[in-house]
Amino acid sequence: MKGSSSIEITPNIVRQHGLTLGEFNRIEDLLGRVPNLTELGIFSVMWSEHCSYKSSRYYLKKLPTKGPCVLQGPGENAGVIDIGGGMAVIFKIESHNHPSFIEPRQGAATGVGGILRDIFTMGARPIALMNSLRFGTSDHPRTRFLVNGVVDGISNYGNCTGVPTVGGEIYFDSCYNGNILVNVFCLGLVPSDKIFLGKASGVGNPVIYFGSKTGRDGIHGASMASSEFDESSEEKRPTVQVGDPFAEKLLIEACLELMKEDWIIGIQDMGAAGLTCSTFEMAGRAGTGIDLELSKVPMREPGMTPYEILLSESQERMLVVVRKGMEGEALELFHKWDLNAAIIGEVTDKPIVRIFENGSQVVNLPVELVIDGALDLKRPTKHPEYLKTVDHVNLTLVTEPMHGGEILKRLLSSPNISNKHWVYEQYDHMVRLNTLGLPGSDAAVLRVKGSRKALALSVDCNSRYCYLDPFQGAQIAVAECVRNIICSGGEPIGLTNCLNFGNPEKPEIMWQFEQAVSGMGEACKFFDIPVVSGNVSLYNETMGESIYPTPTVAVVGLLEDRSHHTTQWFKEDQDLIGLVGLTMEELGGSEYLSVVCDRVEGQPPHLDLHMARSVNKLCLELIFGGLISSAHDCSEGGLGVALAESCISHPEAPRGATLDIESTIRNDACIFGESQSRILVSFSAKNRTALEEKAKTLGVPFAVIGKVGGDFLVVNVNGKEFISEKISLLKKIWWGALESYVR
Amino acid sequence: MNCGVVVFPGSNCDHDCFHVLKHVFKLKTEWVWHKDSIDLSRFDLIVLPGGYSYGDYLRAGAIAQFSSVMKEVVRFAGSGGMVLGICNGFQILVESGILPGALIQNHAQKFICKTVHLRVENVSNSFSRECVHKSVLNLPIAHHQGNYFIGSDGLRQLEDNRQVVFRYCGPAGEATEEFNPNGSVSNIAGIINEGRNVMGLMPHPERCADPAWSNRDGQLIFKSIINSLQSGVSV
Repeated sequence: MKGSSSIEITPNIVRQHGLTLGEFNRIEDLLGRVPNLTELGIFSVMWSEHCSYKSSRYYLKKLPTKGPCVLQGPGENAGVIDIGGGMAVIFKIESHNHPSFIEPRQGAATGVGGILRDIFTMGARPIALMNSLRFGTSDHPRTRFLVNGVVDGISNYGNCTGVPTVGGEIYFDSCYNGNILVNVFCLGLVPSDKIFLGKASGVGNPVIYFGSKTGRDGIHGASMASSEFDESSEEKRPTVQVGDPFAEKLLIEACLELMKEDWIIGIQDMGAAGLTCSTFEMAGRAGTGIDLELSKVPMREPGMTPYEILLSESQERMLVVVRKGMEGEALELFHKWDLNAAIIGEVTDKPIVRIFENGSQVVNLPVELVIDGALDLKRPTKHPEYLKTVDHVNLTLVTEPMHGGEILKRLLSSPNISNKHWVYEQYDHMVRLNTLGLPGSDAAVLRVKGSRKALALSVDCNSRYCYLDPFQGAQIAVAECVRNIICSGGEPIGLTNCLNFGNPEKPEIMWQFEQAVSGMGEACKFFDIPVVSGNVSLYNETMGESIYPTPTVAVVGLLEDRSHHTTQWFKEDQDLIGLVGLTMEELGGSEYLSVVCDRVEGQPPHLDLHMARSVNKLCLELIFGGLISSAHDCSEGGLGVALAESCISHPEAPRGATLDIESTIRNDACIFGESQSRILVSFSAKNRTALEEKAKTLGVPFAVIGKVGGDFLVVNVNGKEFISEKISLLKKIWWGALESYVR
Repeated sequence: MNCGVVVFPGSNCDHDCFHVLKHVFKLKTEWVWHKDSIDLSRFDLIVLPGGYSYGDYLRAGAIAQFSSVMKEVVRFAGSGGMVLGICNGFQILVESGILPGALIQNHAQKFICKTVHLRVENVSNSFSRECVHKSVLNLPIAHHQGNYFIGSDGLRQLEDNRQVVFRYCGPAGEATEEFNPNGSVSNIAGIINEGRNVMGLMPHPERCADPAWSNRDGQLIFKSIINSLQSGVSV
C-alpha cells in the first residue's frame, strides 16, 4: 500500500489518535500487521468512545428494548415503533454537547442536521424536533452568549429544513458552566412497510455518495467528543463542522423521492466519523465488504489525502447502495435536486473494506475488527465521596415561611421555571400543519394526518435529582416524562435516551452511570416502555469538573383519538380543582431549596412506581371519560408552581383560583415540595362524584382543593392565607424573566 | 378551478398550501417545479409558498427571481392571472418587482413564530372580499425577514391606491408600534399590486385554514379567492 504507509507509527502517534497502547497492540495482533496511518485514523474514530460505546455497552444491555410494537430497536440509525393503521414512528435523541460549547451556533445547528438525517435515512418524513438544553448559571459570563448561539443555531437549521421544533426543555445550573448540553430529538412518520436500513447487501451493487462535497472540516470530531475539555478547547474550533440547512432540505426531499422507488438496498447518512463509519457499518450489518475509490468522491478542494477524506465530518452527506442497473436513474434523481452524486464503489463478497486512491490500495481492513473489535470495558465503579455531604438535608436549618407569595414569585422568575417563549418563538413550531397545541403545555401534541390519531412528545430530566441519587433520579426522569404524556391524553409507546455523563475513566462517574442506567431500565420495564434508540455522551467535563449526571429521556405517546388532547391550563371559571396523588414532606433536591435557600442537598423525592402507574391510569380514565378540562404534572416548584402555571399559561385568557388546602406538613413542603406522581386537574362540579369514585376504585389519593375564578391566586393552608397574588403580576413575572435575561 | 403550487428548492410550506387547497377546499391542485418553463395559463391561481427558496442565501427571495418558473409567473401575473405569495412567496414577489417595496430583517434580528392580529384594510379585492372591513384576524407569522420597507413616495402611492390589505395590530385593531412584530413600515403585513390580481403577505393563512384547528381565520382568504374566481368577477 502506498502513501501514508511510509509514515512510521510511533507510540506518540498512537496516543495522539486517542488509542491506548493496549488497544494498539490488540489491533496489531488481530490484524497481523502494523496498520498504516490512514488505517490508524479509522481505528481512532471507530474505537472512540463516541462510536464504539466501549464504556457503556455492557450497561446498556440492561435496558428493555423489545415490545410487540417495536419494529426496530437500538443498532440502526434510529428506533421504529408501529402506531397502527399502517404507520410507524421513527425517533431518536442525540447529543451535540462538545461542539456546541466550542461554537454554539454551528454546534447546535449540525446537531439538528445529524439527528434529522438519522430519521429520514430510514424512510421517514421528519415531522417534529425537540431539544433539551442545559447551560451554566445566568451570572456566568459565557451563558448569555451560549444560549443565544445555541437557540439561533437550532432556529436557523430547523426552520430552514421545514421541520417544526415543537417542544423541549431548558435548564440552568452551575454544573454546566464549563460544559453545556445540547440534546436534540427528532421524530419521523413512515408507512410501516417502507422502512429502510443501513445495509450494504448484494455483491456487485453500486455504492453511491450524494449530498454536499467533502471538505477538511470536522476531522476527528468523534475523537474530540471522547475527551475532556481543558484550557486548549477553544483551539478545537476547527473540528466543529459547519452546517448547510438548505443542502439538508434538498437531501430530505431527494431521499424521500428516491424511497418511493424500489431501487434502494440500504442507505445511511455520514455522521460522526463520516465516510468511514457509514462504509464499515453498512458492510457490517450485511456481512459483506465494500470497495471504495476515493478519487470519485465529490471534494470541495483538491489535494485532500485519503486520511482526510475518510475522516472528514463534512455535513449533509449520504451513502446509498442501490440495485445494480438502477444507478443511472438514481443519479438522475439526485441531479434533479441539484445534489452532488457519484458512484464511488461497490459491494463485495468478503467482509473486508478495501479503499483505493486512483487504483492503489490505501486501506484493507476486516469489517468486524473495526466495528466490534474495541473491547467492552468494564470500568471500575466507586460510590462517590460527595454523596456523604449532600445526601441529607437538615430542615431545622431552613426556616418555615409564614407566607409563600414572594417565594412563588422568585420561583416563577427562576430561568428553569419561567416561560420559554423567547426560545420557542424563534423556532417555527407550526410548519407541516400538525402541531395541535402551542409549545408550553406538558407535552407537544401532533396530529397524524389522514387518521384520528395524534402523537404526544416530551423530553425530561431533573439532573439535580440524579446528582443526589442517580438511580432514583433516572427513574424519576422516566416517570415524569411518562406523566407529561399522560397529562396530554397519550399513552406512552416508546422511549429514547441521551445519557450525558462525565469522564468514565473515573470510578465515581462510572458509578453514576451504572446507577442511572439501572434505574432507567427498571422504570422502563415497570411501565413496559421499550427503549428503541439512544446516545451516550461521556467526558462532559472541563478542568476535571464534571456535569451532574444527566440521563435525558424523551418519551413518545400515542393518542388514539386527537380529541383526547388535554392541556394544562384552567378553562372555565367555577371549575373545581383537584389534586391526584399524595403530598409528603419532601424538599430534598427541590427547586425551592436551590433557588430560595441556595442548597443542593437531600434525597430526591420518593418515587413509588406502583402509585405512579395508578395515578397515570386514573388520569387517562378521566380524560377518556371527558371528565376533566385540564391536567398538569406537578414537577419543579411543586404544587405552587403547577397551580400558578395552570392559571397563567392559557394562551389567551389567564384565570385566577382559590385553594383551601389541609396539611399536616411544613407549609413550604406542602406548596413547593416536589413529591412525585401528582397531577393537578380541573373539572366541572357536576363530575365531582364520578371523579371521586374512580379515584377510590383505583386506590389513588384524590382531594378537591379549590375552585377556578377571580383575578388572584389565593392559597390558604389550614385556613390561613399563604399566598395571595394578582394573576396579571404572576403572569408578567413568569412570561418575562427569561427574555429579559437573555436578550 | 386549477391551482398550481410552485416548488422551489428550499420551499417548505409547499405541502401545507397543497394540503389546504386540495384537501380542505377540494380544489384541483398541481405542483409546479421551479425548473419548468411551462405556460401557466391553464391555472386560475398560482401560489408561491413559504420557505427558504435556494436557501435564502444572499437575501430572501433574491435568487428565486431568476428561476425559469418566475419568468412564467411574471408573464402570468402580467396577463391578469391570480398569484398569492405567502411569506417567502411574498419576498420573491417583491424581489421580482411584481410587488413594490422590500422585505428586510426583522427589527429584533430574530426569527419570530407566533400568532398575530391583523386588521383588514381593504375588502374590495379578490383576496379579502370575504372579510369584514376593519375586522381583526388572527394569523400566524414565521419569518426572519418580514420587515416591510418602502420609501415615503412609494408608501403614499400604496395608500392612495388602497393596496395595503393587512396591517399588524392589537386585539382591538390598534395598528400601533406596540403591535408591530417586525418593524414593518406602517405595520404593513400584506399588499396587492395595482392590477389587484397579485397579493403578497407575510402571515400564513394556510396555517389556520384546516378544520382541525379552532382558529380558521385563514379560510377567509382562500374563500375570497375561490369566490372571486367562481363568480368570474374580480372586485
